[in-house]
Amino acid sequence: MSYRLPSVDKEGLKERNYLGLSDSSSVDSSTIPNVSDKKSSLNFKATELRLGLPESQSPQRETDFGLLSPRTPDEKLLFPLLPCKDHASGHKRGSLAKSDSNNAPAAKAQVVGWPPIRSYRKNTMASSTSKNTNEVDGKPGLGALFVKVSMDGAPYLRKVDLRTYTCYQHLSSALEKMFSCFTLGQCGLHGAHGKERMSEVKLKDLLHGSEFVLTYEDKDGDWMLVGDVPWEIFTETCRKLKIMKGSDSIGLAPSAVEKSKNKDLIPLRV
Amino acid sequence: MDLRLPSKVLEHIFSFVDSNEDRNSVSLVCKSWYETERRTRKKIFVRNCYAVTPEAVARRFPEMRSLTLKGKPHFADYNLVPDGWGGYAWPWIEALAEKSPSLEELRLKRMVVTDECLEKIAASFKEFKALVLTSCEGFSTDGLAAIAVACSNLRELELRECIVEDLGGDWLSYFPETLTSLVSLDFSCLDSAVKLSDLERLVSRSPNLKSLKLNRAVSLEALGSLLRLAPQLVELGTGSFSDKLDQEAVSKLSQAFSELKQLKSLSGLWDVHPEYIPLLYSVCPRLTSLNLSYATVQMPDLVELLSRCSNLQKLWVMDLIEDKGLEAVASSCKELRELRVFPSGAEDLDETNVAMTEQGLVSVSEVCPNLESVLYFCVQFTNEALVTIARNRPNLKCFRLCVMEPFSPDHKTQKPLDEGFKAIVEGCKDLQRLSVSGLLTDKAFQYIGTHGKKIRMLSIAFAGESDLMLHHLLSGCESLNKLEIRDCPFGDTALLENAAKLETMRSLWMSSCFVSFGACKLLSQKMPKLNVEVIDEHPPETRPDSSPVERIYIYRTLAGPRLDMPEFVWTIHKNLEIGVSNLAIE
Repeated sequence: MSYRLPSVDKEGLKERNYLGLSDSSSVDSSTIPNVSDKKSSLNFKATELRLGLPESQSPQRETDFGLLSPRTPDEKLLFPLLPCKDHASGHKRGSLAKSDSNNAPAAKAQVVGWPPIRSYRKNTMASSTSKNTNEVDGKPGLGALFVKVSMDGAPYLRKVDLRTYTCYQHLSSALEKMFSCFTLGQCGLHGAHGKERMSEVKLKDLLHGSEFVLTYEDKDGDWMLVGDVPWEIFTETCRKLKIMKGSDSIGLAPSAVEKSKNKDLIPLRV
Repeated sequence: MDLRLPSKVLEHIFSFVDSNEDRNSVSLVCKSWYETERRTRKKIFVRNCYAVTPEAVARRFPEMRSLTLKGKPHFADYNLVPDGWGGYAWPWIEALAEKSPSLEELRLKRMVVTDECLEKIAASFKEFKALVLTSCEGFSTDGLAAIAVACSNLRELELRECIVEDLGGDWLSYFPETLTSLVSLDFSCLDSAVKLSDLERLVSRSPNLKSLKLNRAVSLEALGSLLRLAPQLVELGTGSFSDKLDQEAVSKLSQAFSELKQLKSLSGLWDVHPEYIPLLYSVCPRLTSLNLSYATVQMPDLVELLSRCSNLQKLWVMDLIEDKGLEAVASSCKELRELRVFPSGAEDLDETNVAMTEQGLVSVSEVCPNLESVLYFCVQFTNEALVTIARNRPNLKCFRLCVMEPFSPDHKTQKPLDEGFKAIVEGCKDLQRLSVSGLLTDKAFQYIGTHGKKIRMLSIAFAGESDLMLHHLLSGCESLNKLEIRDCPFGDTALLENAAKLETMRSLWMSSCFVSFGACKLLSQKMPKLNVEVIDEHPPETRPDSSPVERIYIYRTLAGPRLDMPEFVWTIHKNLEIGVSNLAIE
């Protein structure tokens, strides 16, 4: 079954044990006092949970929220909870200027379920505000992740559920079956160009050695060559698939290489 | 002297008692009243499907005709409840098929409904009239076909924001030609296009059709022909509003809209092209409910539209409306009762429109005397604004503010929003539902506990400092029925000290807080009438008592432990050998 842990942005995440608690301290947390010395009896002086004014010596705001469940149960709870403070530069909190932080990706940590917007609305809005308003983006539904697959020259689109595939190989053979009827007339009988292959997608097999490459649009709206990233990341970020003519994909290859950490990745050329 | 009224007389009297809250009170008076009431109740509401067994409900209410059931906790809407947690409709449908075959209406919210469920409904309830599924999942369009083909007296079929496996639009074509009783049809959440000619025929043979909510795939042009077939509509949900229409088509559509003399509610409006907004002008003056929350319409066009909606009571819109737009709403829509403003940028905060601030809500609160329900997503807020809103609108019943960046303080003073929410709970004495956000200390919750005496549902995220927060709420909020909390730094003590309170509430949800496994066990032992569910991926055997759990969901129940728990849900009944907690809590 699929079980989602609270996901946190993967970049710039620091695990901190803000509350400095030992294993039994959650038990020791103070009994409820009826007097107002509550702050001193609770264990928070030693922690980051102070409400200082912006110019106080609080560290630069970290916004890694969410619970990181420790893999081993006896690790301390990581509860990186920190009231937001202004950046040292004294920006007003209300402003949306996020670019000032060199932790920009961490500052926009993706917290599960926040802001509290229903998935239905998120999915619908994702497709409304996307650049191609005629096409519906991948809709993560209950166990299904449909993305549209289009192919240059094909008269209609297909929809595939990425979650029914476990690896690129699997996807490529399924696409091959779906789209082979379009390529038969075009591909001729090129032999496979054995040397230049993407490690995970044998596009030549997929497309009978024709001049097509498999690309996808990720959630940032960029078109990338399929196979750059590990399969799991691909399924999370892929919004559309497109089987493009090789000549159209030339512009993609350099950016795919730049984005990809694996500089050895050779873009497919036919 | 025998003071008992004959049961026939009692029955007659009770037939005037509509509300279930009143009927519940009636049934507590004495045994004979209980018996008479239960034999006459037709509409049953079970707000937690695990609080009671279907057999018990069927047994108690032999005349049940309408059942409303809710499954998953509210935070499931925001992906906080893992898939497979539960909320299955099947056991209910199976039991009712046997024990309540005269069932006519089924309304399910946040439940897992499969195609088998739908097929069973179609096969078992001969008089079935209404199926309303809200935020449900687990079924496909094949299940809908089963309902369509078999339920010959069907009046209502509504799918509200469900996640449906869409196998195509054929299901609609299964409505037989003999079906003429349709009053309400809502398939707005489906993707695939239905066959337009079948839809047109269905509409034209449904003279009682009052509510029609189309899906996005229905084009603007198709809408025109449908409206001409159903000018009696009271509620309309359009499809996509962005075809390229020629002048003749536009004027025909405009004519069709102006024929909708009964139309009170309008929704859908996906992909609205600004040039087509004037098509709606003719219906605006009669509208009481308008849902523009999927329409990416910019402020000037919104103002043009809303300035014509003088009778509007309910408005759902996106933050594209901006402060200026809300000022215009305030001056045009004096009857406004409910306002919901949704963020247009969804997950990417950079796209959020900063031209909408707290000022927009303040303007509306100043001018609209009937405003009682607010849901407002905003990037910033101030205490001053909250104080003003509370002063302007002491009649608020539902106030849900979502300042989107967690821990945001008052953006002018940098202080926590404690004082602002204090004004809200102090001023709005009838407040029943409250969602707080922004930077909040324990003080805020002290205020809520002190003043929020009528609050029934409370939602909290990223707030507070300590156990006191929870203690204030559980000990102060007398009417508290549902409490949901995420990412707040409190632990066991408040929970255990206020354990008795939990039996007076429907449910408590806490996730990413600091409640230990040991406390959960202790609570389970102390409170046998509660189900204390620990929802956590770590197997309980490996978990030390002091380790905090990811999520807990506590609810009162007459049904005992549930039998359908997945691996990641634990209650004490699963592993009694884990034994007594070794915590010592005073």
